[in-house]
Amino acid sequence: MLAREEARWWLVSLPVRIATLAVAFVAVAAAGAFIVIHYLLGGLPVENFSSGVRPNTGAQVNVVMQEDPQNTVTSKPDWVSYFIKSPATGAWVHTTLFTVPAGSKINMTIYGYDGCTPLRNPYWGRVTGTIGNVIGVNGKPTALLNSWSGCNVGHTFSIPALNLNVPMASPGLTASLCGTSPCTKGPHTVVTFSFMTPRHAGSFIWQCRVPCGGGFLDGFGGPMQTIGFMTGSMQVVA
Amino acid sequence: MSAVTPAATTPAAPADAGPGHGLRVFLIWLPLAVIADLVIWFVWGPHLPPGAMSSSAANQQSDIKIMAVLAAPVMLFVITYFSYALIVWRQREGDTEDGPPLHGNTRVQASWITVTSAIVLSLFIFGTVELVSSNGAGAGEGPSPIWKPGGSPLQVQVIAQQWKFTYRYPQFGGFETTQLVLPEGQWVAFHVTSLDVIHSFWAYQLGVKADANPGVDNVAYTKPEHNGEFVVRCSELCGLWHGAMFDYGRVVSLPAFRSWAAATRVQLAAVTKVLPPYATTYDPTVVPQINKALAKAGIGGANGYYYPPQDPVQP
Repeated sequence: MLAREEARWWLVSLPVRIATLAVAFVAVAAAGAFIVIHYLLGGLPVENFSSGVRPNTGAQVNVVMQEDPQNTVTSKPDWVSYFIKSPATGAWVHTTLFTVPAGSKINMTIYGYDGCTPLRNPYWGRVTGTIGNVIGVNGKPTALLNSWSGCNVGHTFSIPALNLNVPMASPGLTASLCGTSPCTKGPHTVVTFSFMTPRHAGSFIWQCRVPCGGGFLDGFGGPMQTIGFMTGSMQVVA
Repeated sequence: MSAVTPAATTPAAPADAGPGHGLRVFLIWLPLAVIADLVIWFVWGPHLPPGAMSSSAANQQSDIKIMAVLAAPVMLFVITYFSYALIVWRQREGDTEDGPPLHGNTRVQASWITVTSAIVLSLFIFGTVELVSSNGAGAGEGPSPIWKPGGSPLQVQVIAQQWKFTYRYPQFGGFETTQLVLPEGQWVAFHVTSLDVIHSFWAYQLGVKADANPGVDNVAYTKPEHNGEFVVRCSELCGLWHGAMFDYGRVVSLPAFRSWAAATRVQLAAVTKVLPPYATTYDPTVVPQINKALAKAGIGGANGYYYPPQDPVQP
């Protein structure tokens, strides 16, 4: 009898087994969350444009961004990148994550400091999803930019789920592009447009459709596939 | 050396062995198989994916039904025999005797080989017929399809790019749109291609699935049979936002489709002018207009042009 009990010394009670499984589950879940947060979101700051704004009231929110030919504030200085102007401090922040209120009118201003690259598909030179399906390029109303007929398009700002597509006008073929990010001087365009956010909460990814990942096969890697550079997320808060 | 009696060398027949076991298993299995097949065909079958929205979807649903009807009796036979063996031939309490020895049975072995060969060959013939008779069963047949419908199907080009599908209608001036609208009762030829990496066009309820490879015109056919909405998804891992690469298409009546196509053609006339001429594939690394502008400005490299394929790849 004693020998049998000794042989089963490793058997544990049901509560201990349940507790062990629970701890193991929590550990795996925590590891998964850490990977998602650390590697996918990269710990980027989220600029909050919804603070103090009541959702679904049609309130206007101003969002200011810029796209640069390089990124000298990270360990990837040769990657093109977007920046967002913090509504709290007015400083340019290296992030592509921002929060806006639901059911609101977003007035976007994007400074285009980068040169030009033709779109893979010139269809994306068409403006869609903005109020009036039009953007202002240096104040001039524009509904279409032809990236194949000249140095006209640098990047795009596109939110596929909202059918929003805005080609970013390029300052043109020039060798004197801004060399330090975030850019404060140098040739650039100013693209303005407005769109309405959905009346429900949600996460809406946005991206650039110009293959602008220099150093990667056909320009499709690097900043094109990395949150914080040429793609990000717009969180709508209800 | 001890003497071996004949009784010790001849295995004793088990007490419950008898010719009635096979019949009993058969009589248990038969009603179960019939009931299962009736349920599969009449109750479950009409709800099996991918539905019956198109000719290829209905065909796939029918194939799944037939396969399920064939597979259910086999599965039930295994379960019935297994359960019967567990119950009838289990070791009773106090029974310490060894089981009877197993011997080969030529009749059983021959029957097994014959039946399984017949099933596999039948499925091979059935599968081939179903592939041919349904004009490729909604799958991509490559640039030179072997099985195609008669007449002149509606041509719809599916252009995949990270992370959105666009659609071109060459028979309507070659306009391109993010909306996929198809007419009911008309054969459709999807010409699926990609502008960047490998994607896959999966129109779920239409039963159409075709890989989208850059530089390849992958053709798939279907005939939408019912009006309604269907889901389009990319089914090839294609980058960061692969999971967000989906949209919805619509099947509408023929007059509604014609009306939509005519209106969209006019609405998109401006952007159609800047598109390259319709082709089955596109090589966007060759943009003659941009090349001219670059040569004039004396600028090469990425500024104003694509990063070339030989551009060093970084890990």
